[in-house]
Amino acid sequence: MKKTLLLAALLGATAFSAQAGNLRIGLESDPDALDPDKSRTFVGRIVFTSLCDKLFDITPELEIVPQLATASTTSDDGKTMTLTLREGVTFHDGTPFDAEAVKANIERSKTFDESVRKSELTSIETIDVVDDLTVRFNLSAPDAPLIAQLADRSGMMMAPSALSPEFSNAPVCSGPFKYVERVAQDKIVLEKYEDYWNADAIDLDGVTYTIIPDSTVRLANLQSGDIDIVNQLAATDAEAVRNAKGISFANITGLGYQGLTFNLANGEMAQTPLGQDAKVRKAFDLALDRAAISQVVFDGLFQPASQPFSPSSPYYNPDFPPVERDIEAAKALLAEAGVAVPLKVKIQVPNTPVTMQLVQVIQSMVAEAGFEVEIIAKEFATLLNDADVGDFQISQQGWSGRIDPDGNIHQFVTTGAGFNDGQYSNAEIDSLLNEARTVSDPAKRVELYQKAAAIYSEDRPLLYLYHLAWLYGIDDKVQGLTLYPDGMLRLEGVSVAD
Amino acid sequence: MLRFFLRRLLVAIPTIILISIFVFMLQKLLPGDPVLAMAGEDRDPETLARLRAKYRLNDPLFVQYWTWITGVLQGDFGNSIRTGEPIAKLIGQKLPVTLQLAAMSMFFATLIGIPMGIISAVKKGTKTDFAANVVALSGLSIPNFWLGIMMILLVSVHWQLLPASGYVPPTEDLGQSLRTMLMPAFVLGTGLAAALMRHTRSAMLEVLRQDYVRTARAKGLIERRVVLKHAFRNALTPIVTLLALLFGELVAGAVLTEQIFTIPGFGKLIVDAVFNRDYAVVQGVVLVTAFGFILMNLLADMAYMLLNPRLRKN
Repeated sequence: MKKTLLLAALLGATAFSAQAGNLRIGLESDPDALDPDKSRTFVGRIVFTSLCDKLFDITPELEIVPQLATASTTSDDGKTMTLTLREGVTFHDGTPFDAEAVKANIERSKTFDESVRKSELTSIETIDVVDDLTVRFNLSAPDAPLIAQLADRSGMMMAPSALSPEFSNAPVCSGPFKYVERVAQDKIVLEKYEDYWNADAIDLDGVTYTIIPDSTVRLANLQSGDIDIVNQLAATDAEAVRNAKGISFANITGLGYQGLTFNLANGEMAQTPLGQDAKVRKAFDLALDRAAISQVVFDGLFQPASQPFSPSSPYYNPDFPPVERDIEAAKALLAEAGVAVPLKVKIQVPNTPVTMQLVQVIQSMVAEAGFEVEIIAKEFATLLNDADVGDFQISQQGWSGRIDPDGNIHQFVTTGAGFNDGQYSNAEIDSLLNEARTVSDPAKRVELYQKAAAIYSEDRPLLYLYHLAWLYGIDDKVQGLTLYPDGMLRLEGVSVAD
Repeated sequence: MLRFFLRRLLVAIPTIILISIFVFMLQKLLPGDPVLAMAGEDRDPETLARLRAKYRLNDPLFVQYWTWITGVLQGDFGNSIRTGEPIAKLIGQKLPVTLQLAAMSMFFATLIGIPMGIISAVKKGTKTDFAANVVALSGLSIPNFWLGIMMILLVSVHWQLLPASGYVPPTEDLGQSLRTMLMPAFVLGTGLAAALMRHTRSAMLEVLRQDYVRTARAKGLIERRVVLKHAFRNALTPIVTLLALLFGELVAGAVLTEQIFTIPGFGKLIVDAVFNRDYAVVQGVVLVTAFGFILMNLLADMAYMLLNPRLRKN
């Protein structure tokens, strides 16, 4: 009898009774340090969106709008940037947000030895506190992408009173929610900050990020009512979510892409027809049917791509629509290049089921043109390492994307840049993309990026396959959620009905 | 008994040192650079170089090992490269979780495995024996991850009886803690139960054939007493050995089970650490696990002594 009672008590109530006004989000991996200067993960940025306000924010249309800074002016020579700050903002510990705080934050980002933000803020030489609510950045050179950096982690403001190397153990910022606790690999709990400057827009009492790496289990948690939002829903689960009662599917095209990087000059593995002849790379490109790839692997949810800029970006280039498949042209190019078919090529790919499937589809497509693809699956950290040292012919890699176009192209194709694993080098590209960094007029920038695109689209140091899309499963109790191309979950106006 | 214990503990020290060297070296052989893994998308050569220097990855291997092992001896396992948290704290946080999972799984395993083994030995050759064997073989051959996901879909999604995943510490809410652990412990326990059942069965069959069992029966003892008191106690020695060995299985199984049910335990800690090349965490966790394994075997040896008075005399 006792046993029966215990069992009844254990099984009795439903899984979790939903707390009113508390939003539970299922994330795919555990964020790293909760310190904007140290943070390197995408999921970390999702948490920061609720925890730490930034100087600027973006609209769903990717326009940059005020957040903690209400206005910014750049001098004619582009070398000083003056920000007016929002009045009456306080950090979670009650200390005021002011020009001194901005100065302390930017200086920490630039000097803290573990900061990974340094490269984003190199142009800022000195910072002047003009008055309590005005701060001036003196730049070494005009820096067009800077404002976009200030709308991301570099612009996140931490309380100067809490700045220490151990900031991440108890982060204090000025966002709509404040830190409560974190259990590594399990959850991060935030609660509403009552004195938030925009508190009227916040309907939730709190938000809990639960870490659930397996996509099937993440979805099961949504279906059982244990979480309210599934981040990074698997494309193949979209249909199931659409058909299920009480939950809905939502998606938005993101800023990032997945692609294939060719080894052009990084060590001996570059000495292949593929690495040495742009015609052969073009043949490979023409053998791909991008629409079919999206249909087969991603249920048609990811838009085919032949450029680094998202269709949601103002810098999207209509002159480079996704390359259409043309097998005959591909064969002709291979013949023209004088390579014997079948041409053996090796692709390294992260060993996840989805990426494996992606490359298998590619393998069968390019086989028709005369490429014999050997797939080399590698665990992700190994793949990154091998890409870095040049131990690859083709590497399947992607990029989560940035608001400013510079972040999606400069470091991948300029000579010696950090992500230029194939070591592509073209002086003209370098000069165009460097110039685009210094020009603040958007029309002029578009022109520069288009000129560069005309060159790298012909050289093909990397092939873009598809634009990333952010896919969500959302409980119908959640209302008022607006999706953004940067994949962040902004919780202003979001509520959870009982 | 105490001397025996201490002597065995001393013998274990070289083993642990060897393991620590082995784990340390093995990790350095792994392809992949922890700094690249850490940097993720924000790879810029200057940052990478700075991080390498900070985590002393440029030092010669033996210097790295020495720095690490002297720290460990003083109770300092270092900090996680990824999150910056002290590893001793992480271990302290995760170990109880996995111990709870292990204890509950063991509970399920013994509760199912041993009685089933006894019954099938006593009823050897009957339909009951056959049925028990089929169940055991299925338990051994059904993969944990499959059973886990099926149970989540059935119990949590379809019936909505138990939470699909997650963990609540027993100190916070005992009922909820047991509820979240029920499915993972069952999944992990079934595989062990099967092994336990097979071993109990063969050990019991061996003992039931002995003369003293026949004598006990001839004296007119009731069958239950013959089986449980006379036969089972003597069959226990190999079962206890198995239980100690199963501890290793448990930790290995916990790696998968914790991954499926998203339990923030030791298994998940080590898997994430390996993928992030968080060397210091892997080293710390493996060392603690190895120590636990040695300790379990030591306890098993001591249990023999309790079970078999003849061993105590030597």
